[in-house]
Amino acid sequence: MLELRNVGYETDDNKEILHDVSLTVQERFVAITGPNGGGKSTLAKVIAGIYQPTSGQILLDGVDITHMTITERANLGLSYAFQQPVRFKGLRVKDLLSLAAGKNTSVTEACNYLSEVGLCARDYIDRELNDSLSGGELKRIEIAMVLARGTKLSIFDEPEAGIDLWSFQNLIRVFEKMYEQTRGSILIISHQERILNIADKIVVIKDGCIQKTGARQDILPGLLGSADAAQPACDYLTNKVEGVRS
Amino acid sequence: MDAIEKNLLLEIAELDRLPVGAYNIRTNGALEARNTTANIDIVSKEDKPGIDIYIRPFTKNESVHIPVILSQTGLKDLVYNDFHIGEGADVTIIAGCGIHNCGGGDAQHDGIHTFYLAKNAKVRYVEKHFGEGDGRGKQIMNPTTVIHLAEGAQMEMETTQIAGVDDTIRKTSGDLAAGASLVIREKIMTTGDQRAVTDFDVDLNGDGCSANVVSRSVAKDHSRQEFASRINGNRACAGHSECDAIIMDDACVVATPALTANCVDASLIHEAAIGKIAGEQLIKLMTLGLTEHEAEEQIVNGFLK
Repeated sequence: MLELRNVGYETDDNKEILHDVSLTVQERFVAITGPNGGGKSTLAKVIAGIYQPTSGQILLDGVDITHMTITERANLGLSYAFQQPVRFKGLRVKDLLSLAAGKNTSVTEACNYLSEVGLCARDYIDRELNDSLSGGELKRIEIAMVLARGTKLSIFDEPEAGIDLWSFQNLIRVFEKMYEQTRGSILIISHQERILNIADKIVVIKDGCIQKTGARQDILPGLLGSADAAQPACDYLTNKVEGVRS
Repeated sequence: MDAIEKNLLLEIAELDRLPVGAYNIRTNGALEARNTTANIDIVSKEDKPGIDIYIRPFTKNESVHIPVILSQTGLKDLVYNDFHIGEGADVTIIAGCGIHNCGGGDAQHDGIHTFYLAKNAKVRYVEKHFGEGDGRGKQIMNPTTVIHLAEGAQMEMETTQIAGVDDTIRKTSGDLAAGASLVIREKIMTTGDQRAVTDFDVDLNGDGCSANVVSRSVAKDHSRQEFASRINGNRACAGHSECDAIIMDDACVVATPALTANCVDASLIHEAAIGKIAGEQLIKLMTLGLTEHEAEEQIVNGFLK
């Protein structure tokens, strides 16, 4: 179980990005959602150790990991799929899958991971992760790396971005299969209703604070409702402007 | 050949025994072993040190190994090797130089290789330079490669210097007739106070000929690298040069690619990029469980693979 206790994060120029964030992740799928710039990706980076929190505590299965390095957290069983995957000149897909798995991945194993994310292994295994791959291909390889790690906590930062030709249904199937194999929690940052729909728990982050948290059935209707609520507000403003004109 | 020399041979030519096909092994300035085949003849030069290698027209799927080993400190070895590749031949040539220098004197090998490829001949040329030794003397190598490509000839050159060469000036020049193609891939890593200068000069003289010069390098510690390439497009041709360098610690890299178009139909491109390892690359590999040092190693190894 991952536990955040009163976690805060300020940038070097004292801008507060996260404020007093407390939450637990022990369910199968936990979704973090909220408006852009609200602090979702920063929270994921604080959990992965890329940013050090400026206050509060982070525990993984009761172990205080607050001041651990990225490497130490990774070795304790934490995986993180970047929102914007990194390119490497010279490193091949097979090399990265082997590094992710912590052993020399056989062609069959690499093939399994790649086919899970809808890529034909034969075409990709020896490809370099360079500019010749599209954003969508890199994104799928990024997900395959997390599959190869098979850790007890996996964080995905907007996994759906850039994979539009590959159906959401497949992505969801990947998460479900991953849980079956690892029995580890999957933390997904997403705006997509179809992804929020599979979450056991939804956390809404806005302005660096947790605005709402709870079971999907309690949180999701409110989120969807807020989109519906926009129309009457627009109508009200339009009528008012027209009233002023007349 | 002693254990040190055998190890050098393994490093530069991946040979742990005498190769199949033609070969000429030179150790400490003298001939160690030679073999010729029905299609490949190797003849010692009479006016200067070196050999002439003659490959008969239309020879296919044969290879020539010509490694050079230096294990005597203070030895300066200069050699001229000329390769005469007959029309339509298709062969692989493996060269390379390994120096083991345990003494106080500099050990130096200057190899001047000239290739004459006849019409439609095809050569894959692989050379590797490697130095080792704990003496005060330097390991110095100055390879010069001159390539003449006749109509439709193709040459692919892979040149690698990964470790232990203190000082090197690597000169490669080429001239291409119509329809010829030249691909050069260079990989260099310098460490400590090493210095590496590479200089490419290619004349694209025939219609439809093309050259692609790609250099990837890593400069560590206080080392210095200079990369210069000049591609001259004299007819309707295509030329591309690329220098991609990772700079670390207090190293210095200078890249000066130059293009000259003397024909309106010459299409020439150069790219040069020098930079440190991107922070996000290190972070990505650290999220896979590697330490920062291991991540750096993987990135450098991959880059030079």
